[in-house]
Amino acid sequence: MNALTFQRVPAAADAASAVAARPRAMFLAGGTTLVDLMKIDVLTPDTVVSVRRLGMSGIDVSDDGIAIGATVTNSHLAWHPVVRDRYPVLSEAILSGATTQIRNMATVAGNILQRTRCPYFRDVHASCNRRQPGSGCDALDGFNRGHAVLGVSEHCIATHPSDMCVAMAVLDADVHTLRPDGTTRSIPFREFHLAPGDTPHVEVALAHGELITHIVIPHLPAARRSHYLKVRDRASYEFALASAAVVLDLDGDTVRVARLGLGGIATKPWRAIEAEQILTGRKATDEAFRDAADIALAGAVAREHNRFKIELAKRTVARAFATARDANI
Amino acid sequence: MRTTLRVNNTTHELSADSRLTLLDALRDVLGLTGTKKGCDQGACGACTVVIDGQRVLSCLTLAAACDGQQIVTIEGLATGDELHPMQAAFLHCDGFQCGYCTPGQILSAVCAVQEVHAGVPSHVTRDVRQTVNAATLTDEEIRERMSGNLCRCAAYPNIVASVRQVLSSEVRS
Repeated sequence: MNALTFQRVPAAADAASAVAARPRAMFLAGGTTLVDLMKIDVLTPDTVVSVRRLGMSGIDVSDDGIAIGATVTNSHLAWHPVVRDRYPVLSEAILSGATTQIRNMATVAGNILQRTRCPYFRDVHASCNRRQPGSGCDALDGFNRGHAVLGVSEHCIATHPSDMCVAMAVLDADVHTLRPDGTTRSIPFREFHLAPGDTPHVEVALAHGELITHIVIPHLPAARRSHYLKVRDRASYEFALASAAVVLDLDGDTVRVARLGLGGIATKPWRAIEAEQILTGRKATDEAFRDAADIALAGAVAREHNRFKIELAKRTVARAFATARDANI
Repeated sequence: MRTTLRVNNTTHELSADSRLTLLDALRDVLGLTGTKKGCDQGACGACTVVIDGQRVLSCLTLAAACDGQQIVTIEGLATGDELHPMQAAFLHCDGFQCGYCTPGQILSAVCAVQEVHAGVPSHVTRDVRQTVNAATLTDEEIRERMSGNLCRCAAYPNIVASVRQVLSSEVRS
């Protein structure tokens, strides 16, 4: 780890200006991504500005939805009684990731900003366009069993690792930020993460020094019938090979509205809008869910070792919808 | 960086490099070597400590970030010569072999039991709307809640039994 300054500041605005003032400064919250990556020299900030105790750790519930402070821990959010009741998909997604120790440390904003687990990104001796623009991508013809099949480019096929973000995507969350000049804005979740394209090193729609202050999830009564299904190599403490976040609004046995997010197979938290649309007005049958899954994966591009993910993801989608349909709510 | 560490009800004033992790501060600066360094990258749970009542990984925590917080390590669990019930349960159930992961296992287990009593769900809870019940908690639940602590000796069945023993005795009392 390179030498660095640990900086405490009194308020969120000071954190934003402190990071903006230094090109190599970064915000530090729970540390589960940043400290890990600093230890292996993948991230080399010269200053870390602590944001964990700046009054951004509350969850405010209203009739319009919930506002979640940036430094609310993953555990706090997943265990919150209103989240469990109104947005079970979000609780389930968070609880399926990492371990209790890590969820107790990791913050919501940190989860949104977590970096890929691609082994070539994490190895400073490997070529990685995401870590070092223009250096190439060792994953393309390397060990790519865990890599993405949706949203890929010829420059990067790294999977976005978050479970929570897949649920946030289907819930149409908004990310609220504070900029170093004191202005604020909100960014729709679907526009927050960027597919790699020609610039894999540009991962999110934040400027340097722009601080996430809170996340707003709108009121969505249909989310009471929602589910997160995660498929992985072991039963616990493992990243997804494929996952699906679904919301299902039923009128009898007919789909009024469906929402579908995919994880473990895409370069960003993935929302499958076209697949959602073909379910609208259809009977909620296994066949309809399978049709939606086919559409969700229609654009998939596999490499040597990850072809199995396409069929795996389709089955994951179909089962997640069937589980939501059959839930006793 | 000047930092005040409050460990097992004792206050320490530290002036240390900002890169110092809580794990290295405990072991190398304060001499509290009960907390173990396993992977040093957040994968094994051997370094688990309790900060402000929550189990966390000390290897991914910078010491400077813990300023003023209440930290409990394995050395702070017993009351004098009287073992904490979870320590006694690990002895009684033979919940370890080489012992290297044990301090982390025990602190994690203490918190896992508190979480069960608080009724919060885990990944394997059938319905996250449910309040879990200590009296009917399955082994699958205990295993999921303890999945952040690896044991290379594979003492897992006896670790589950240790957690079960504490849960059962607390339900009875």
